[in-house]
Amino acid sequence: MWWRRLLRTALHPHLRRVDIAVAVLLGLLGFAAAVQVRSTQDDGVLASARQEDLVQILDDLTNRSLRLRQEVATLTTTRERLTTGSGREQAAVTEARRRAQVLGVLAGTVAARGPGVLVTITDPDHKITADVLLDALEELRDSGAEAIQLEGSVDPASNTPPADQVVRVVASTSFVDAGDRGGLEVDGTLLLPAYRFVVIGDPATISAALAIPGGVIDNVGQSGGHAVVTRRESVLVGALRPLDRPRYARPADKQSG
Amino acid sequence: MIPALALAIGIALGLFFEPTVPAGLQPYLPIAVVAALDAVFGAVRAQLEGIFDDRVFVVSFVSNVLVAGLVVFLGDQLGVGGQLSTGVVVVLGIRIFSNAAAIRRHIFHA
Repeated sequence: MWWRRLLRTALHPHLRRVDIAVAVLLGLLGFAAAVQVRSTQDDGVLASARQEDLVQILDDLTNRSLRLRQEVATLTTTRERLTTGSGREQAAVTEARRRAQVLGVLAGTVAARGPGVLVTITDPDHKITADVLLDALEELRDSGAEAIQLEGSVDPASNTPPADQVVRVVASTSFVDAGDRGGLEVDGTLLLPAYRFVVIGDPATISAALAIPGGVIDNVGQSGGHAVVTRRESVLVGALRPLDRPRYARPADKQSG
Repeated sequence: MIPALALAIGIALGLFFEPTVPAGLQPYLPIAVVAALDAVFGAVRAQLEGIFDDRVFVVSFVSNVLVAGLVVFLGDQLGVGGQLSTGVVVVLGIRIFSNAAAIRRHIFHA
């Protein structure tokens, strides 16, 4: 049998030069195979690739890097466009918010605080009529009042009006004599004397404007009342007015006007 | 037994020393290894058929390796090195397969 012959030669080697040569060759083969396997594992494909393959790979890589660089350029422009766009959008939002605040103060939908005056008008004989207060309001507006609220039943001692007798004065505010009930109806709210304007604006200008001869203070005095102007570092116009949507008017572009 | 032992020692040395293949030899070493494997398979087959001859083995081993290297070298010079080494590997692979089939027939009689 073949394996017996193998065993015999293995157990009783009679070494000749050729045997040594065979052993050396096989050893070389094992060595080379191991080295090759190891180097293939270590270096990957590139180290054992030949020149034209390397050139091909380099070409591919160059093309790919070119494509990727173009892609980077495209994406960079897109990003710049988006960031400047969002910056513009941000500015627009900030501006819109600022305008909303300003318009809110004007329309009476947000509370306002600032330097101003308190104009207390006492009316012991109930002789102050709507047009006297309207005159006073016009004078306040002329002197630069930015936010105004009108309070009724002001107790000079406690200085706080009842919560249901506070009205934010806006462009559409109306003054109507309440007649028998005494006092005034302002925007549908009944206010009783004494009245008080809480005004945000330049205190010096407003108090000077109210005090001119023939002005508001004189006018109130002639009507049988008494007006007192108090300057304040900070007053709060806290009464709010619900925002009602216009039924007919719609915003329009200038062109399509 | 001694050849097998030598083979194992060679593998162990290669794994142990981890020498780097010289750059000039890099395209030829894998081809040389495949050619040598072909010679070894042929030798085992001859051994099983009882016609093994040491001298023939040594000569065929060395000539196999040299011819394979030469063919690849020529291919490189002609600019078809990659294709030619693929061809050499294919041919040697076929030979190895047929030798392996003969060995299998001898061992398993199938």
